[in-house]
This record gives sequence, C-alpha cells and structure tokens, in this order.
Amino acid sequence: MLTPVPAISIQGVGKTFNPDSDGRIVALDGIDLDVDAQEFVSLIGPSGCGKSTLLRLIADLVTPTAGIVEVFGKPAHQARLDRDYGMVFQSAGLFSWRKVARNIELPLELMGWSKADREARSAEMLELVQLPEFGNHYPWQLSGGMQQRVAIARALSFKPRLLLMDEPFGALDEMTREHMQNELLELVAEVGTTVVFVTHSVSEATFLSDRVVVLSPRPGRIQEIIDVPLGDHRTEETREDEAYFKCATEVREALRRVGASS
Amino acid sequence: MTADTTSVAAGYTVPRRFGAVAPAVIAGVVLLALWELGVRAFGIREFVLPRPSSIGQALVDNWSTSEGVSTVSLRQAGWNTTVIAVSGLVVGVSLGVALALLASRYVRVGRTLTPFAVAANATPIVALAPIFNAWFGITSALSNQAVVVVVVFFPVFLNTARGLLEVEPSQIELMRSYGASDLSVLRQVRIPNAIPFFLTSLRLAAPLSVIAAIVAEYFGGPQDRLGPVITQNASFARYAEAWAAIVVASVVGLALFALAVGFERVAMPWRRPVDGQ
Repeated sequence: MLTPVPAISIQGVGKTFNPDSDGRIVALDGIDLDVDAQEFVSLIGPSGCGKSTLLRLIADLVTPTAGIVEVFGKPAHQARLDRDYGMVFQSAGLFSWRKVARNIELPLELMGWSKADREARSAEMLELVQLPEFGNHYPWQLSGGMQQRVAIARALSFKPRLLLMDEPFGALDEMTREHMQNELLELVAEVGTTVVFVTHSVSEATFLSDRVVVLSPRPGRIQEIIDVPLGDHRTEETREDEAYFKCATEVREALRRVGASS
Repeated sequence: MTADTTSVAAGYTVPRRFGAVAPAVIAGVVLLALWELGVRAFGIREFVLPRPSSIGQALVDNWSTSEGVSTVSLRQAGWNTTVIAVSGLVVGVSLGVALALLASRYVRVGRTLTPFAVAANATPIVALAPIFNAWFGITSALSNQAVVVVVVFFPVFLNTARGLLEVEPSQIELMRSYGASDLSVLRQVRIPNAIPFFLTSLRLAAPLSVIAAIVAEYFGGPQDRLGPVITQNASFARYAEAWAAIVVASVVGLALFALAVGFERVAMPWRRPVDGQ
C-alpha cells in the first residue's frame, strides 16, 4: 500500500490582501501544516490572526498568494469542485425560505440527487443531530443551538470526508456550547470525518482536538502545535480531568506567549 | 438534548378572527358617525364637506347610470381606471423585476442604472403626465398607462435589486463551497432572498398605481375615467358626486393593496407571523 495521503497538506502558504495598494494586509505568512485523515485539528489565535482565512484557503473560498494547499492529494480548487468537504459557519446561515429538512437537502439537490434519496438522507441526518421531529419547521422556529445542529447536518449530509468549521459555536451560550461539543465529537466519531475547527476558546480547542495549532497575531504564522492526548473517547468527565487541565494550560500559555489577550 | 427544544417550535398561527379587525371596523364607523353629526351640528355647507350620507346617496344614484355632468356611470369609470392602473402595474412591475435581475447579474449595469433610479424615484413622476400626453396623444389611454408604468417601476426596481444583492455573505460562501454556479446562486439564494423585498415594493406599488392613474387622468386621456369624473363634478359644484368617485377610487386602491397582501401570504409561506398582520 502507498503511504497514506494526508487529508490536508499546506506548504509555504501566505495570503496578502490588496497586495498592490496602501491597504495591503499580510494575513498569513509561511504556513506549513499537514492534517491526517480522521484527525481533529483546531486553529486558535488572537482576533485578526488569519485563522478564518486559513480555513477559507483550505476551502478554496480564498486563493493563496504563495504556496500550495492540497486536500486529499489534489489542489484545493479541485477538492471544492469535487465537494470533498462540508462547511459550517458561525452563523448557521440556514435559508429562511426552506424548511429544516430542505435546508439539509440543499447540497444533495445541487448534486442532483433524486427527491426520494434526498428525503431519506435528510431524515437520517435529522435523526443523527437529534432533531427528528423538526424537518417540517422553518428555521425561525428553532433556537440558535438547534439551527447550528441543522447547519452541521447540512454539512455532513453528503458524507464528506472533511468538515471545516469556522467558530460554529461562537454565538451560543456556555451550556449549549459544551453540549454541542460533546455531540460533535460523537458525530465525528460515528461518521469518521477529518475536522478543522476555528475557535478562540481555549477550553473548546482543548476538549475537541487531537492537535491545537496556535497562530501568532498578524501576519499569522504557526507559533506552536500542541498535542492533546486525551484519547478518542471524551465525555463530560474529561472536562474535569487532570490531563485536560494540563493541556488547556499549555494552550493558554502558548497563546499568552504570542501576546493574545484571551 | 431536548433542553432547548421545548420552548420553541410549536408552530404559530396567524389570527384571523373577527376580533383582530374589530377595533379598526368600530373606529371607522365611529369616525363616519362623527363626520355626519359634525357636519350637521356645525352647519358645514355641503360644498365644503358633504355628509357621508349625501356621498352614499350620490354613490348609489350614479353607480350604474350617470345622473350628473359626466357621461359615464361610476361603475364604468371605476372599471376603466382599474384597467389602466392594473395594466400599468403589471407592465411596471415586470420591467422593474427584469431590470433588477439584470442589474444584479451585471454589476456595471447596476452601477449605471441605480443612481438614475434613485434620482428618478425622488422626482414627482406624475409631473410627466402632460409630456406623455404629447408623446402618446392626449386622447389615448396609453399616456395614462405610461405614467402608471413609470411610477410603479422605480420602487419595484430599487427594492428588488436590493434584495438580490443584499445577501448574507456566508450563504454565498456556502454555495461556493458546494461549487455551485452563478445561476444556482441566483436561483437558490438571491431570488428567494429578494422575494420579501419585492413583496414590500408590491404593497407600495399597488395603491400607488391607482393614484398615478387618476392624477394622469386629470391631465388628459379619455373622459370616461374616475379622474375626469372627479374634476367635472367638482367644477360644477357637485361635491357629493366628486366624493363618491373618490370613494370608488379608494376602494380600488384598497382592493389592489389587499391583493398584494394576499399574494404575500401565498408567495412567502416561510414568513414569520407578526402581531396585527
């Protein structure tokens, strides 16, 4: 068998916005990062450090000004066209004019699935995110946490091998947030996806990730990569675990070293 | 998991009971009664302000046959004006939507058109009526229709274009993440996003079309319309008859507004119910 291709391979990537004008912003510089299949990696750093930009580079929603981004061994652009990843944003971004089930079916519709297949899959996904009875509701009838679960179901509906998440729980209260984190881990374990997760919360990054990538303030560079060896089965108890605190402290100190106020 | 599911999601219904409209109906009846009594009590002359009962009488007398100076019944005049208003409305709305689609698709078209549209929208377009008479002929209904088309066009164009362009950026990113084409983005995001904006403009445009038609009729065109009926009766001091024609005009305006609101209920099933609507 060949050496397994990493899920994501980023080599010497930089991104400069408005390169030719006075408003020139070097968002990212000299980023090298590999993410293995089924790995959970968080990007953390002070605001404006370019962590969201890095995620968008992987998603090919932003084009790098230097370096190469590969997803599953192909250029990010091709991976996007092949629909190799699902994406979740801070705002659930559900289409208010579509019922919940039809929101989940959106990517399937674009992929030309038949109606019956779409409906079967959305029902399955609603079950998975534990909202089986809400398929026929409109998004405004759901709470923020429920809407975000629908957004996750939509991102996973076509079973992509990669999930890109941009502060997906940022707008939720602490209780709902921890709840969603537990669920996300269960879901990811069940589906077996690779996850890249942008956050500014130390506890969130530590609880969720196999590795936490700490970025420096602008221009964003990778400052440190911290392993979080808390095992594959993390529960509520993990949050009170000595090892968890140790890892969280490590992340927090790394952030402090790069001069982040958080 | 169910912690946050209990408080919401029960499904809301729009109140449609008589109770919801009763206050407005009662207020209307009281207002009419005060009007009637006030005119009698203070001895206000009929040519200043006719009593509602006189207006009602004039309405009945002139509904199917003309009793007065005009040659046409109120029913016929009302119908003719409605045809002008509705045909102008349909053409104006279609043009507004078509150009909004064009302006959202081609940024340069939008940048060129929009400033003119904003300026024109702030101009009293009915002032163009005499000009249109010269263009389309003073006896032609076309000149009246043209005024309606132009009046209706601008709010529809501006609102719809805004709805097509003011889309949540993450929804566009989401569509791009699926490798969706511009056409898919238009169909799946921009058009549905623009529907509420369009419907709001339709609510504005529907009664506006009647106003535009009548004002245009004041300046020329065939005489068997509400506009001339109002001016002719007023100039012969037959104020109750003039008011009766105004009542017909407001009923037509209200009916078109109600149609626009009804259309909104059908076209926007996802619409979040708001109290009092």
